[in-house]
This record gives sequence, C-alpha cells and structure tokens, in this order.
Amino acid sequence: MQIIVNGKAVEAADGITVAQLLVEQKVQTPEYVSVELNGEILDRQDFATTVVAAGDQIEFLYFMGGGAR
Amino acid sequence: MIILPSDVLADMVDHARQAAPIEACGLLAGTGSTVERIYRLTNVERSPEHFSLDPREQFAAVKDARGRRLEILALYHSHPATPARMSAEDLRLAFTPGIRYVIVSLADPNRPVIKGFSVSNGQPVEEPVLIT
Repeated sequence: MQIIVNGKAVEAADGITVAQLLVEQKVQTPEYVSVELNGEILDRQDFATTVVAAGDQIEFLYFMGGGAR
Repeated sequence: MIILPSDVLADMVDHARQAAPIEACGLLAGTGSTVERIYRLTNVERSPEHFSLDPREQFAAVKDARGRRLEILALYHSHPATPARMSAEDLRLAFTPGIRYVIVSLADPNRPVIKGFSVSNGQPVEEPVLIT
C-alpha cells in the first residue's frame, strides 16, 4: 500500500504499525520522536498498536531541545 | 557553513532579547547552506537554562517550509547568560540527523555572539556563519 511519510509517497506493508514504520525509516531513537497521523499527534505509548492504513499521512520529527549547561 | 541573511539574524537576536531571561528557540529554513526563513517557536520549558520546542509548532513549521520548497536547515536557540557553545545538554539531545545548530549568546547583552555548529559522532563541529 502507499502512504505519505513526511510529504513523500512511500510503499509500506499492509498492517504495518507506526512503531514498525519508524524502524523502516531508520529512526534510532523512537522515544525522542513525535508522530502526527493524519494531522493528529499520537501518544508515544500508541506507536506499537496503531496500524497505518493506505493513504494515511504520517509526519515524524525528532525532539529538539537543549540547555545552557 | 551557514549563510545567514542579516534580516534573519536581526530577527533571531530580537527574539533572543525579547525572550530573555528565558531561552528563545526556533527553526531556520532554506536551501543548501542558505537560510531564507525563520520560525520563532515557543520554548515550552519556559526556562533560562533549558529549552524544548513545542511539537505542534514544530510540525507546522516543517510543513510550512516544505510548502515553500525549503528544508529545515538549523535549530537556533539562545544562551541568555552563557557563551555561544554547544552545552553538554545540547549535545545529549541532538537527535535530528544532519541538522545544524545556531546559538545566540547574550552573555554581553550589547554584543550578541552568534555561532553555528554541526554535531558529528556526538561532538560539536563549529560551522562558519556568513552574514549576507
């Protein structure tokens, strides 16, 4: 099936979960990634159980933060 | 190298000054090494020593930049009272592959210092900032 990941069309296996998709996208720190599925931010605890459907639009980005020390 | 137009630089320094003593943060978008657009974002930590971007604003900025055919080139933030260097916390939280970092130091409020960095194998590499 085809889905849209960060604005680009991507082929993905039927039944793939968000967590599996992040692995396929070579995300090494999923605990520091935010995911938006069709415009809604997903709870991180739901990554492993949320199944992606054909045509879904997924955005993911890394936590950005830091400090002065 | 990071090529930074003077109006973007002025906007970033203005943001840092307005936010002080809280750390200011945001994203710089452009093409190649040239910054074209600044996105001032909210420091959800509201702290003088820490910052993190609001993910909703981050998603919105990324999508807006994409719509303009720009890439997110750099994350900027201010150090209201410390030098423009990558701190241990900055390095520990540098997860985004390929992104550069711009730090605005207001340690001397009348003479802001701007430095650019990339991170390679967990270590900071200074990137020259060319003001145009």
